Amino acid sequence: MTAGPSGETAARLLAELPPSPAVWCSGLRKRYRRRTAVEDVSFSVGRGEVVGLLGPNGAGKTSVVKILLGLVRPDAGEVLLLGRPAQDPRARARVGYLPELFRYQPWLSADEVLRLHVRLTGAAVPEGERRECLALVGLADRAGDRVGGFSKGMQQRLGLAVALVARPELVVLDEPTSALDPLGRADVRDLLLSLKAREVAVLVNSHLISEVERVCDRVVILDKGRLAASGTLQELLGQQEVRLRLDGVTARAEARLAAAGGLTREGNSFTIALADEDTATVPDLVADLVALGVRVHAVEPARITLEERLLGILRTGSGGERP
Amino acid sequence: MTARTVPTVAALTVQEAARRRVLRALAVLTVVLLALSAWGFSRIDAEFGGLTSGEARLAAATVLNLVMFGLSLIAALGTAFLAGPTVAGDVESGVALAVLARPVRRGAVLLGKWLGLVVFGCGFVAVAGLTQLLIVLATTGYWPPDPLTGLALLAAQAVVLLTLGLLLSTVISPMASGIVAVGLFGATWIAGVVGEIGAAFGNESVARVGTVSRMLLPTDGLWRGAMNAFQDPALLTRFSDAFRGHPFLSEVTPTPAYLGWAGVWVALVLGLAVIAFTRRDL
Ligand SMILES: Nc1ncnc2c1ncn2[C@@H]1O[C@H](COP(=O)(O)OP(=O)(O)O)[C@@H](O)[C@H]1O
Ligand SMILES: [Mg+2]
Repeated sequence: MTAGPSGETAARLLAELPPSPAVWCSGLRKRYRRRTAVEDVSFSVGRGEVVGLLGPNGAGKTSVVKILLGLVRPDAGEVLLLGRPAQDPRARARVGYLPELFRYQPWLSADEVLRLHVRLTGAAVPEGERRECLALVGLADRAGDRVGGFSKGMQQRLGLAVALVARPELVVLDEPTSALDPLGRADVRDLLLSLKAREVAVLVNSHLISEVERVCDRVVILDKGRLAASGTLQELLGQQEVRLRLDGVTARAEARLAAAGGLTREGNSFTIALADEDTATVPDLVADLVALGVRVHAVEPARITLEERLLGILRTGSGGERP
Repeated sequence: MTARTVPTVAALTVQEAARRRVLRALAVLTVVLLALSAWGFSRIDAEFGGLTSGEARLAAATVLNLVMFGLSLIAALGTAFLAGPTVAGDVESGVALAVLARPVRRGAVLLGKWLGLVVFGCGFVAVAGLTQLLIVLATTGYWPPDPLTGLALLAAQAVVLLTLGLLLSTVISPMASGIVAVGLFGATWIAGVVGEIGAAFGNESVARVGTVSRMLLPTDGLWRGAMNAFQDPALLTRFSDAFRGHPFLSEVTPTPAYLGWAGVWVALVLGLAVIAFTRRDL
């Protein structure tokens, strides 16, 4: 749709590169009248990778997702899904999608909705597998009930089943827990982990940052339609910190602590921003402290949370990666 | 891929039509109309003592066409109000998001919806129309000269209208599209009657109103053809004056060229609907 001749050539060249990523997009731009929804967004999701799409309300997350799935036509930019240009509907053959606005034919039963989606995909999914899929989202005993009688949360669960039913290689979830109770949120987290274990690529857009942090390999942060930051959690959250609760800290012991990295002290609690990622650093430090007569009560890993980092990025508007 | 999408969506649309409340409303309206007509025809039969006199036949033909007009109106209302929600409603509610994110072409989805509506509309016309003809046969003993052509033209009229409804529903809201489609249908019918009256009084420019509106929206021309197929041909020779400018009697059958134009019109409007739907952001 937007790809010119050179764009198509590029798309074909990229498609031939093995292994093609689950999602590859470049230079996406979308305006609604005068309002810019998406501006120059590029990122990719590797096969089997779980990527979180984060950002405040109106950042353009849903718009990006809709562009990827061909529901919205971008003003510029290119998209490849599982190696195929997104203009080709076949690119979506192995893609599952839970929209932010999840609604399914109210006059159909839950199982009929799944059957419809299986048929539209052209896959052959036996009855048993559809049942399993409904069971996975906790709707096993409602398979024959009309969707019109479902609560919001149940419809969202059905939406998850729809996204998963046709054996996808890429699953796109737009705020999958917005209507779910805490139990449902935990279910979705387990579901994401099981997809990750099965090497299904996932692009998930969620407000529950702590959950994203727990399951995502990488995050992409959007702000006002632009890419504010992206990278692995390691890259974004920076260095590891370790917090120790100690007694009987002498001047020599404190010097040893400072040698391990940037030291901050609050009473008995010492926090060290570790200078290197060497796995021996912490055990060596503890052994040395014990030898110096320090009593060690607790040693725990600590680092800034994704939430703190996200707030930092959005407030300062600094898009730069951390060194 | 398209070969898979079209029948799947068509079947879904028929299922939707059958499961929505619209169907119950349609069924109730139809039964009421058929019951009324059964009573009316038995009265005509009793009043005139059988359909032997020319006046009785003329009355019966007029009433039959009047009832058929009622049926075509129900078919028009029904399909127009089904065509609206099936596209615009799905987009508005979000049902379309999950469906169109599947490996399907939007054009194929729209074609499937159209096909489902055509099956539904034609099924309705066939069942309700045939029931009506049987009622007339039972009460008065009258059987129209060309019932198949008449019913086919009625069905074609429904197809024209639902295609228009589908186009409208790709660009405006579900309710509005139904109302606009039915409004245009009514306007064309009135323009057709006006044109007939113009022709009866030999007023060319007034007559042209009917001709032009019949080209712009081919429902009225098809409807006049259907009426012609239902009425007794002997009437036309005996009561030719009564046919002039009569809204429920017709002296013309549509020409092959006009039928061809109706087909082209449907294809054009459907093509426009596909283009509008394909370009749309959801
Ligand atoms: N259909 C639309 N018409 C006009 N503006 C839109 C439309 N969809 C999204 N927008 C605008 O685009 C911006 C991004 O919206 P969205 O992608 O939904 O953000 P997010 O999902 O991150 O909350 C918002 O400013 C929103 O107002
Ligand atoms: Mg959103």
